[in-house]
Amino acid sequence: MPVTVRLFARLREIAGADELARPRAGTVAEVWEALVAEWPALAPYAGSLSCAVNAQYARMTTPVSDGDEVAFLPPVSGG
Amino acid sequence: MLLPFAITADPLDPAGLLALAQQRHADQARTDDVEGPGGLVLFVGVVRGRHLGQEVSALTYEAYEPLAVASFERIAREAADRMPGVVLCLHHRIGTLGVGEPSIVIAAVSAHRAEAYAVSRFAIERVKQISPVWKREHVVGGASWVEGATVDPDDQGPLDEAWRRACP
Repeated sequence: MPVTVRLFARLREIAGADELARPRAGTVAEVWEALVAEWPALAPYAGSLSCAVNAQYARMTTPVSDGDEVAFLPPVSGG
Repeated sequence: MLLPFAITADPLDPAGLLALAQQRHADQARTDDVEGPGGLVLFVGVVRGRHLGQEVSALTYEAYEPLAVASFERIAREAADRMPGVVLCLHHRIGTLGVGEPSIVIAAVSAHRAEAYAVSRFAIERVKQISPVWKREHVVGGASWVEGATVDPDDQGPLDEAWRRACP
């Protein structure tokens, strides 16, 4: 079962999709690295990125399981 | 029927959210046998028509809805941990908004004014730090995403900074 990747704001625009199905990877970081390999323009976000797994705040070291939803969050600007 | 925490594409209802927060404070105070609502602070953030010297025609907001709602719940918990009994309700709008339209409503209620003012300010500072919401600014000649804070809800530094701004 693949993982669902969610992208927002500028990340979504770079990838041209807000939702992607990707093979399961060991950690959030591995999911991210695969995306950067596909869209090198994502790379500069590595230093300012946050992430979530199944709509809960997570770390890049958080393990990813089959069927998880992994979200990548560029710096936020609500309000 | 309004929920206390929401992301919505519909126009916001500041008066409705304030009434909900007052009701929730009254219910909670009755259960806890403590003082009920005595101070209500309503914060409404609206689209500003000028930013850093540029005319802004509109803002487009997007959010990661389930996590954004969870972040609002977290902010309300953080506020109540520091100031027991305070009640917060938060709604953020998504979609494209014109100048003057409300983008966020924060209703803060406590038994006394000091806590209501403080948690109102705390909540907006915290939303800007940790809530997964993004704005795209439309100006003459183009549009660009505004990139503010890197989200780290467990980082004590920003949390302390939000309280410092709330209680100077």
